[in-house]
Amino acid sequence: MKANEKAKRVDRVMTWIFVAVAGFFILLLIAFALLVIGRGIAGFEPYMLSFTRDGIGNQLFNTVYLVVLALLFSVPLGIATGVYLAEYAKPGKVTHFLSICIETLSSLPSIVVGLFGYLVFIVMVGAQWNLVSGALAVSILNLPLIATTTKDAMESMPKGYRMGSMGLGATHWQTIRRVLLPACMPRILTGIILAAGRVFGEAAALLYTAGMSTDINWSNWDITSPTCPLNPFRPGETLALHIWASRTEAIRPDAAQIANFSSAVLLILVFAFSIGARVLGRRMERKLAGGK
Amino acid sequence: MKEKSLFWKEHFWHGLISCCGLFVIVLTLAIGAFLVYKGSGTFTTYGHSIFEFLFSSDWSPVDSSKGGGSVGAAIFIVGSVSTCGLALLIATPFSLAAAIFMSEISPKLGTRFFRPAVELFVGIPSVIYGWVGLTTLVPAIRDLFDLNVGYSVLAAGIVLAIMIFPTITSVVTDAIKSVPNDYRKAAYGLGATRWQVIYQIVMPAAKPGVFTGIIMGLARAFGEALAVAMVIGRMRAFPTSILSPTTNLTAAIASDMGGSMDGGEYNTALWTMALLLFLISLLFIFIIHRIVGKGGVEKNESK
Repeated sequence: MKANEKAKRVDRVMTWIFVAVAGFFILLLIAFALLVIGRGIAGFEPYMLSFTRDGIGNQLFNTVYLVVLALLFSVPLGIATGVYLAEYAKPGKVTHFLSICIETLSSLPSIVVGLFGYLVFIVMVGAQWNLVSGALAVSILNLPLIATTTKDAMESMPKGYRMGSMGLGATHWQTIRRVLLPACMPRILTGIILAAGRVFGEAAALLYTAGMSTDINWSNWDITSPTCPLNPFRPGETLALHIWASRTEAIRPDAAQIANFSSAVLLILVFAFSIGARVLGRRMERKLAGGK
Repeated sequence: MKEKSLFWKEHFWHGLISCCGLFVIVLTLAIGAFLVYKGSGTFTTYGHSIFEFLFSSDWSPVDSSKGGGSVGAAIFIVGSVSTCGLALLIATPFSLAAAIFMSEISPKLGTRFFRPAVELFVGIPSVIYGWVGLTTLVPAIRDLFDLNVGYSVLAAGIVLAIMIFPTITSVVTDAIKSVPNDYRKAAYGLGATRWQVIYQIVMPAAKPGVFTGIIMGLARAFGEALAVAMVIGRMRAFPTSILSPTTNLTAAIASDMGGSMDGGEYNTALWTMALLLFLISLLFIFIIHRIVGKGGVEKNESK
């Protein structure tokens, strides 16, 4: 029975080790979040929120604007790709290759995507750094996420939906458009919000596409002018890039405080999106389940 | 008339959506093709050998299209490999322990609290990790080891380890969860303790998933640019210990690409580095496919 005793003791020790490691990491993660947010609040001055050269208002606006632009590109293409994979693609070499392509895209280092964007959208077009090319580069990064979510959602739909719709005489496209896509919407939406959360923090892909400068004149609403806030063809530094810039070009005395505050804002934004996606997804799922 | 328009619509959308699918293939191929086209210039236009690029540490490319410099990227490669290796060394045991805790020791706490927390942290932007590493970790290492600067392989390794910990943990947890419950019941029925079940039954069964998780973490660490660039010190020398500063592939691309002349030797050498990163990420995908194909354990990420 000695071996038995020993095994029990080892079991107890290992259990405690696992509990300790898990506890340690949860504490570390909480401490990390508190550190970032706490430091941001500690160094906060009202001027930091202003939409001027000193504040981060412009960067915040650029970030949101870039996310919207990126989603304009990646959402239609991502959903279409997901629909193609789930509905139209016939099992075979091309389909297999397409899923490998999506996997490749999702594991591309973001700096490589940034370089590709720089080459194609900036150098080849002969443009200056601008928001649209940044948005295009970033949409390459979150395209796989949206496509996979759509495909998974469509494939998890009950067979009865399709059969019922087709049995009523609907065409394949009508079935997709009127039955399957609406039913998948909660999950697709969750995927889109998660994708948007990623764009907020993306920096490496934007380094050479969206540029590191921002010059906005808030009274200028002529969309063709390079200082108009809504002109998508102007350079636009995002929050994440702003943090990076304060490391490399720390010329201002308050650069550290600004970067701390930017980090806090960025972290809260990302958390809000992530939690929002979770809550929304759960609520919509419950609603659908209840409506059955 | 109505019939006809329906028919037309059907084909139109089928065509359009298929085109989108094809476009993604074209896009991926285009990225690969451009990287090969720009990156191979080092070897074709400027006549350097692949051997020199990979194994020489003599890095002084000329920033013009004349060429004649040297493009040994060994320091950058060693920097990347050592930081990622260290990160993996730190993160793997912790990730496995956390994953086991989540799925075997306390599944209730795991799904309610631990899992969402870990997933929340997957999404934290890497610049934030970099910035916190720069302002907290780097000075701490400097003071702790009494160094001149705190920028080091160790700092980069720790930052990367914290970054890839959530990635590895969530994949490994899925793998452990997909081990059939009968395995555990049979082992417990034979009188095994929980640790024996975990160590001798569950972990071996979940092995393919565990390796997939580790490789995914490694892939993320390899491609990370800015967080590492902020804490590694960007000094072009081989690291002599884990406390010495060095540089890596992504940091070099991120900091030098903007200032180099398009098509010049310097620029082309940086593109070759990007090509190398691309090839490495392809290699990781290939390895994951091999592991999953062999183990026969299908990952089910859709839930």
